[in-house]
Parts: sequence; C-alpha cells; structure tokens
Amino acid sequence: MCHTLMGCAGGTFGLKLKSRQPDISSLRRMASETLVEVNDLNFSYGERPLLRGINMTMHRGKVIAIMGGSGSGKTTLLRLIGGAIVPTSGHVKVAGEVVHKLNRDDLFQLRRKMSMLFQFGALFTDLSVFDNVAFQIREHTDLPESMVRDLVLMKLQAVGLRGAHDLMPAQLSGGMARRVALARSIALDPLLIMYDEPFTGLDPISLTVIGNLVRRLTDALGMTSIVVTHDVQESLKIVDYVYFISDGVIAAHGTPDEVRESVAPFVHQFVHGEEDGPVTFHYPAKAYASDLKLETGLA
Amino acid sequence: MPRRVAIGIRGIGHRVIDSTWRLGYASRFFLLILLKSGTSLRRFSLVIRELYFTGVLSLIIISVSGLFVGMVLGLQGYETLQRFGAESAVGTMVALSLVRELGPVVAALLFASRAGSAITAEIGLMKATEQLAAMEMMAVDPIARVVAPRFWAGVISMPFLAAMFSVVGVFGGYLVAVVLIGVDDGSFWSQMQNAVDFRYDIVNGIIKTCVFGVAVTAVAVFEGYDASPTAEGVSGATTRTVVTSSLVILGLDFALTSFMFRGMS
Amino acid sequence: MQRATMDLWVGLFVLAGIGALLFLALKVGNMGTYSSAEGYTLVGNFENIGGLKVRAPVKSAGVVVGRVTDIQLNTKTYDAAVTMNIDTRYQFPKDTFASILTSGLLGEQYIGLAAGGDDTLLKNGDKIMKTNSALVLEELIGRFLFDKASENKEEKNGKD
Repeated sequence: MCHTLMGCAGGTFGLKLKSRQPDISSLRRMASETLVEVNDLNFSYGERPLLRGINMTMHRGKVIAIMGGSGSGKTTLLRLIGGAIVPTSGHVKVAGEVVHKLNRDDLFQLRRKMSMLFQFGALFTDLSVFDNVAFQIREHTDLPESMVRDLVLMKLQAVGLRGAHDLMPAQLSGGMARRVALARSIALDPLLIMYDEPFTGLDPISLTVIGNLVRRLTDALGMTSIVVTHDVQESLKIVDYVYFISDGVIAAHGTPDEVRESVAPFVHQFVHGEEDGPVTFHYPAKAYASDLKLETGLA
Repeated sequence: MPRRVAIGIRGIGHRVIDSTWRLGYASRFFLLILLKSGTSLRRFSLVIRELYFTGVLSLIIISVSGLFVGMVLGLQGYETLQRFGAESAVGTMVALSLVRELGPVVAALLFASRAGSAITAEIGLMKATEQLAAMEMMAVDPIARVVAPRFWAGVISMPFLAAMFSVVGVFGGYLVAVVLIGVDDGSFWSQMQNAVDFRYDIVNGIIKTCVFGVAVTAVAVFEGYDASPTAEGVSGATTRTVVTSSLVILGLDFALTSFMFRGMS
Repeated sequence: MQRATMDLWVGLFVLAGIGALLFLALKVGNMGTYSSAEGYTLVGNFENIGGLKVRAPVKSAGVVVGRVTDIQLNTKTYDAAVTMNIDTRYQFPKDTFASILTSGLLGEQYIGLAAGGDDTLLKNGDKIMKTNSALVLEELIGRFLFDKASENKEEKNGKD
C-alpha cells in the first residue's frame, strides 16, 4: 500500500523549478552509478586531525551507513559532503562536482539536490507542520498555492502524518517530529539525503518506523541515503553497505552480512557491543599501581 | 614577578585582539544584512510577520510607560515651575522633554528589553536547535530569510513606537497638569506649540529614534546569530543584547544630542 | 495567529504610528501654526542682544509673527545683526520699532515689533532702523548703584 503512495510522492520530479536546474528526471534515470565520491579526504580541526585518508564510493539507490563511536568524525564527514566545511586536503564529489570548489551560488544549486535530516529534526518552531514541509517548495519554486498544498499533503501522507498538518512542532512527539523532518527533506525530491543520527532518542516503535521509512523512501524515490548512526542492529536491517570509522580512518567496510560475519576485532566489538577490545574500556593512563602510589608503600 | 607581568600584558593583548575581531565580525555581519535585504523587501510579508512581533506586541508596554512618564513629568514640572509662577509652561516642559529626550531614549530602552531580547532569544534558539543549519542545507540563506526581516521590522517599528510614546506622554502630562491640577487648557497647548519647533525638536527626535532602532536591532540580531548554540549561550546572548544595546542607546544619545542641539537653548 | 489578523494588527500599528507622528508635528509642534518656508527676511542691528537666541519668537502686540533665524556680530560697527523670518501674512511699515524684550521676569527673550505710521512697508531683506537693545540686568544694577553712590555723595556734600 505504501508503495503506491510512494509512487505518488515520487511522481513529482517534473516540477518546474525557479532557476537553471538540470533535468532531475534524466539524472535519476541513470541509476546505479556513482553519486558521491570521497577521495583521500583529510580534515583537521586546528592541529588535531579528525579524518585521515577517507575513500568512499556511494551509488544511486543505495542506503549507506557510516558507523563509529562517539567523536569518531562521522558528523564531520556529513558536513564535508554537504559543503558546510572545507577539507584540509582531498575532495568530495557529489553528482560529479567537487563540493568545496563551488562558489556559494553553485553550492546552493547543488544543495537543492541534497537534503539533510538533523539529529532532532530541526523543524522550524515558528511554522506549522504544513508550512515546514512547504518551506523549501515555497522558497525555491513558483508553484501556485493549490499545488503546494497537494505536494505537501502527499509528502505528509508518505510519512503517515497527513492528519497532523496543522499542528505546531511543539505539539509533536520526538518520533513524529523526526517523520515530519523526513517529509520536509524529501519535499523537493532530492538525489541525496543525509541522516545525522536519525535513531537517537526514539522508542522501539518509532525507531522501526523511521528505519523502514528510510529504506522505502530510498527505493521509491531512487535516491541515495547516507545514515550516520551508532545504532548497529537497526541499521544493519535496512542498509546496503556499511563503513566503520574509528579514530578518523575507515576501519572496515562491507555489506551487512559481511559485517555480521566479520572477525576484524574492531568490527566484532562494535557490532556485538563488547565492553573491551580494540576500543579499550580504560582511557590511557599510567599504571594503576603507580597512580595510587602503591609501590612506594611496598618499597 | 616578571612572569606575572607578562601574563597580565598578554591578557590585555588577548582582550584587545578579541574585541577588535568581534567588532570587525559584527560590522561584516551588518553589511551582509544590508546586502541580503533584497529578499525581505521583495517578499514584504516576511517583514510584516516580524512587525507584528516587534511592533504590535511592544505597544502595551510602550503606551503604559509613556503615560506614566508623562504624568510624572506633569507633576514634577508643575511642582518646580509654580515656584517661579510659570506653571503654564508645564506643557512646554513635558513636550520638549518627551520629544527631544525621553521619547526616543526610554522607548528605545523599552524596545531593547522587550523586542530586542526576544529577537536574540528567537534567533539564538533557532541556531541551538540547528534550524539555521537546516535552512542553510536547504539552500536558503538564513541571513536573508531569518535575520534581515527581523532587522527591518525593528528599524521600521522603532520610530512609530517612540512617536506613540511621546504622544501618550503628552496626554499623561495634560491629564495631570490640566485635568487634575487645573493649569489653563489653552496656555498648556499654546505655550507648547510656541516652544516646540518642528524642524529642530521633532525631526531631530525622529532622527534619534531611527538611529536607535538600527542600533538596537543590529545588536539583537548579531547577538542571536553569534550565540553559542547551547541553553547557556542563548541566555547569555539575551542578557548581552539588553546590556549592550542600553549602553549603545545612551552613548549614541549623548553624541547625537551634543551634535544636534549644539549652540541652542 | 492567522495571517489576516496579523496583517490587520500591523496595519493598525502603522496607522497609529503615522497618526502619532502627525500629532507631534501639528499639535505638539508649531507646524500647524507657522511654517518658516513662507516668509520674508528682515534685519535689525542691536547694540546688545542680551540672551536672545536663534529661533526666539518675533512678536507684535503679543502675537507671534516670525522667528529669529540668525545672529551675527557686525565687525565694522561691533553691534549684533539679527536676521528674522516674518510670516508673509504680516506686513510692517518702514518706521517699525524693534526691541528685545523679556517675557516675565525670568522668561525667554524675544523681539517685539511696534508698528509705526509710515505708508511704505518693509520688504524682504530690509533693515529695521529703529531698534532698542535688551535690558542687561548687570548694567541696570550697576547704573542703579552708581546713581545711589552719587546721590549719597551729593547728600554728604550738602551736609558739609
């Protein structure tokens, strides 16, 4: 049932957009080719290197997970792909264009083809659910209000929240807010959606709902999804490919099955959530005994 | 000891560099607002929405304070002037004080604490909840879409609010001096009209309010946009808006007054 | 908040603001009664202007007819050249008498015009020939003390 609905939601590529815009539908037909290419990417914050020598290839129509512990540089990677920050060396190519070489206008043109789902949705608190979803359509197209309304209701139907269209964001639960944000991010049928920790702070039901929506929307709209997460079990169910990042380098990558079977110590520890392993329980320190000044007592 | 001196000097240097950098950043931000005002002026409904929040919602505090300030001026003015037998000049005193000084300054101070702090908190909160980053990712410039409309709404509403403050204040003075105390109605108005000059007093007062409006809203939007994206960051920025813009208002008021009313009574 | 209600309130707000500005201009200020744009200029030389200031009113028979627009020191004669702007509705004969007066004991100083009987009228840029300087309190007191002193001397002389 949802697939026919997705068909509705997805069947709106032919919108005439305000300014020079490559024909999205023709781009979309060239499925299964590379959309995002990360080449030997380095990024350091001041003196401290956050990412070192990252290489990734992401194809159209796939859901890719980027996993890693907290502070391993996953969100930084998303910001680099979105062009919010400039790499120290190397580059990110999205739809054939080197992101950090674009000027502001061209970057904004490119961003119309991608969208990002923030950790807690980042809905505009002063706009209703309807206006939130309509925001991008109104900003970037000249469509008449009746058409905007149809489009918005279609997108909301796709995430199952058509009935909530006149609520304010403050009235929504965390899971609902995340779904509205999802509807908002597919408003202009992007080629690429980036999800920053979409599963954080959700109850198991909402978690499954969001996970399935990510998968279904990706399939129905033929887009590429990059999911940054540390929720291993949920993401392994829905993704096509996984990259593990640890200490700023790609520690391992592969399909979910390969990951589950992996014997690489880091992957094993991460997937099975073990307390000690390559990622140690203890922060590096002097020997316990010497810290407690025990050897002086013994001597 | 020399170590401590070095630390002290380094502290001074650090502060100077820091504040200069911040000032430059603020000026650049202000310039960006002006450059990106096209959208908000083309889509004026964005500004109207903010006019409601900054202008209409400030009306009550402005008119109530204006009434009381005018009434106090009437009372005090009468007290002082009747000693010299000049109680009919109370209208002049009330009107001149309001139009030249109290109208622009007090209205701007109230505006800074009512609307300025609200603007800072709103923009700061949008930043803290990643709404500005989300907008940026949607290829919509937050300065054009969020900051500029609020800036222009503040600039537009400030002169209106100050004018209303002065008018309500004059009525407050009238209420006390004429209705309660019994100063002659005719001489109250005629002496006022004789003494208040349109070009020198009223136009200068309006120029002042326009300058204050720009200053207060510029401080408010900058502090909001510059706030560190945490709860403490936003509350700190809100406090800074009220403190900074109050000081800026009073400083500018002195500068403008000495410039405008130089060599005059 | 409905869009239409918001528009209505903002419209009312703007109208009230414009109304307040008009009220200030017309009712509180002097825009309604007198405008300096339509007027003609007269000049008068005074030996001493006392505390007269630019923008002081010019009155005739107590009616405000104009304002002082400029005060300069004439370095040839070392007296004050006072320029005033008079409303075109009011015309004055050539032998009009201008004096600097004070309203009340401590009030502001203004120029009083007392019309003479001449048939020709003063025109734009004309000079008022008959002027009377301001009363300067110090001079008055000084003269009073001097008179008193000389009186005393005479009395003493008389007694001797």
